[in-house]
Amino acid sequence: MTEIFGVPTQALFGQLLIGLINGAFYAMLSLGLAVIFGLLNIINFTHGAQYMVGAFCAWFLLEKWGVGYWWALLLSPLVLGLTGVVIERTMLSRLYKLDHLYGLLLTFGLALIFQGVFTNYYGSSGQPYRLPEEFAGAFNLGFMYLPKYRAWVIVASLLVCLSTWFVIERTKLGSYLRAATENPAVVQAFGINVPRMITLTYGFGVALAAFAGVMAAPIYQVNPQMGANLIIVVFAVVVIGGMGSILGAILTGFGLGIVEGLTKVFYPEASNTVIFVIMVIVLLIKPAGLFGKER
Amino acid sequence: MAIATPAEAQPGDRGIMLATVVLAVALAIAPQVGIYPVFLMKALCFALFACAFNLLIGFGGLLSFGHAMFLGTAGYVCAHAAKEWGWPPEAAILGGTLAAGLLGIIVGLLAIRRQGIYFAMITLALAQMVFFFFLQAPFTHGEDGIQSVPRGKLFGVLDLSNTLVMYYVVLAIFLASFLAIYRIVRSPFGQVLKAIRENEQRAISLGYDAEKYKLIAFILSATLAGLAGATKAIVFQLASLTDVHWTMSGEVVLMTLLGGMGTFFGPVVGAFTIIGLENYLSGFGQWVTVITGAIFVVCVLAFRRGIVGELAAWWQRRRG
Repeated sequence: MTEIFGVPTQALFGQLLIGLINGAFYAMLSLGLAVIFGLLNIINFTHGAQYMVGAFCAWFLLEKWGVGYWWALLLSPLVLGLTGVVIERTMLSRLYKLDHLYGLLLTFGLALIFQGVFTNYYGSSGQPYRLPEEFAGAFNLGFMYLPKYRAWVIVASLLVCLSTWFVIERTKLGSYLRAATENPAVVQAFGINVPRMITLTYGFGVALAAFAGVMAAPIYQVNPQMGANLIIVVFAVVVIGGMGSILGAILTGFGLGIVEGLTKVFYPEASNTVIFVIMVIVLLIKPAGLFGKER
Repeated sequence: MAIATPAEAQPGDRGIMLATVVLAVALAIAPQVGIYPVFLMKALCFALFACAFNLLIGFGGLLSFGHAMFLGTAGYVCAHAAKEWGWPPEAAILGGTLAAGLLGIIVGLLAIRRQGIYFAMITLALAQMVFFFFLQAPFTHGEDGIQSVPRGKLFGVLDLSNTLVMYYVVLAIFLASFLAIYRIVRSPFGQVLKAIRENEQRAISLGYDAEKYKLIAFILSATLAGLAGATKAIVFQLASLTDVHWTMSGEVVLMTLLGGMGTFFGPVVGAFTIIGLENYLSGFGQWVTVITGAIFVVCVLAFRRGIVGELAAWWQRRRG
């Protein structure tokens, strides 16, 4: 068996793959947070819970109505996005004139409600989600086996992240969005409906979280706590990357996933905390984050 | 801009002193009229925790979403010192409190490098790191926690295994800390802190080192939260992961928000309300989480001044 730095290559690539998968979820979730923060100036604490509900939505569709993975990938973000629109219209929109911290507190409360309701019915045990048949099996890459579904997760998340980046940075709609981030009053004066844009942006961010949830369902088990711990790590990812840049959020997400995977190989005791340690180092060296702008 | 400013709508020094005396007397006779002392001790520990948290958010405008790390760290250090090293309770509580203060210096130095929402996220992330540390460190016994911590004899005289004696010691600790916080807020230091909360740029231009003030406030808050945690460990003879978990950080935010941020009595009222509610609803399992979340939402949307803040505003209006 071949070894690199005294570690069997099989184990190394295995953990790298897990790291890359985790990184895909960090990237999708921190991207959603960054998009929402850009326009609403609110850190969406409910993001983890919405990711969890998105996964549950897929599970419901399959278990109760026999609706498969592909439809879930479309329907779950749609449903969650709609609830996001309702949340924004009825609650968040009342807070824009206040300190941003109230947004954090409100979304924290919503996260507790979602998580409490699902824990109440499903406890803390996981519900398995059957892998769609077309993903059975693995590719043989010569040096390792790559399960088809994991390859799909990496490709799909890259696709979603890059198209989000493209829409925001390279299209007309995106230019409105960026302009409204800079100065909503002026954009409004040009006849663009900024409040509606804000509502749709929140809906889109939530839909992104739900999409990630559906993607996660076959890999991790669907359980009410799946979002709670993840969202704290994603917060650290956001602090490390800084929320100034979309591409930065994507890169930081994947990068930190890989770093975490490597830590599992070389120093497993620290794998839970390595991202937080990196956050401390970044705060010491570049407080605004790797891609952030100093205010 | 500032998160809560009902401090202006508050009674003067005389009113606060009078209310404190009434509160002290009421708490002193409470166990005599049949209120369960263990419940009171739990509520007092959380009230102190919330007051410490309020020092930071209510008077400094800094939202820490990781205050459980100070409560939990002090609890573990105190419990370990009392049980494994055989320290007397006063030394164990002091040790735990100082450990939390030390952690406060480190976390404070890191967290005040960013503001607002980032400050909240950084404290939350650092608290999660501390949580994983205690989860993995062998001396905490993981999920079991440090159990059957001896209460011992305070100063070698007061036997704390007597529940009533323990209760009055907790009450004394709470009242002393409450008055200390009152003194801190009303001191020149507290006034500068408020000025920084209202307008940091202006405070800096007046020559105040805003970072230093924020750091000192953070350390004070962490130390007092630690005192609450260490006392709690002696009272319940237990230090466990619950006290370092992020849900505990959320709970102290809720207590302070519900009672009234930036008011002296708000956190006390909030802590007693929430602990009472949890006691009452303990049979409802996870619905407690849902109700907690709903209280958060209602408070933020309709009730931002909290119970005490609303009462103070009503009183103000009535007097014209």
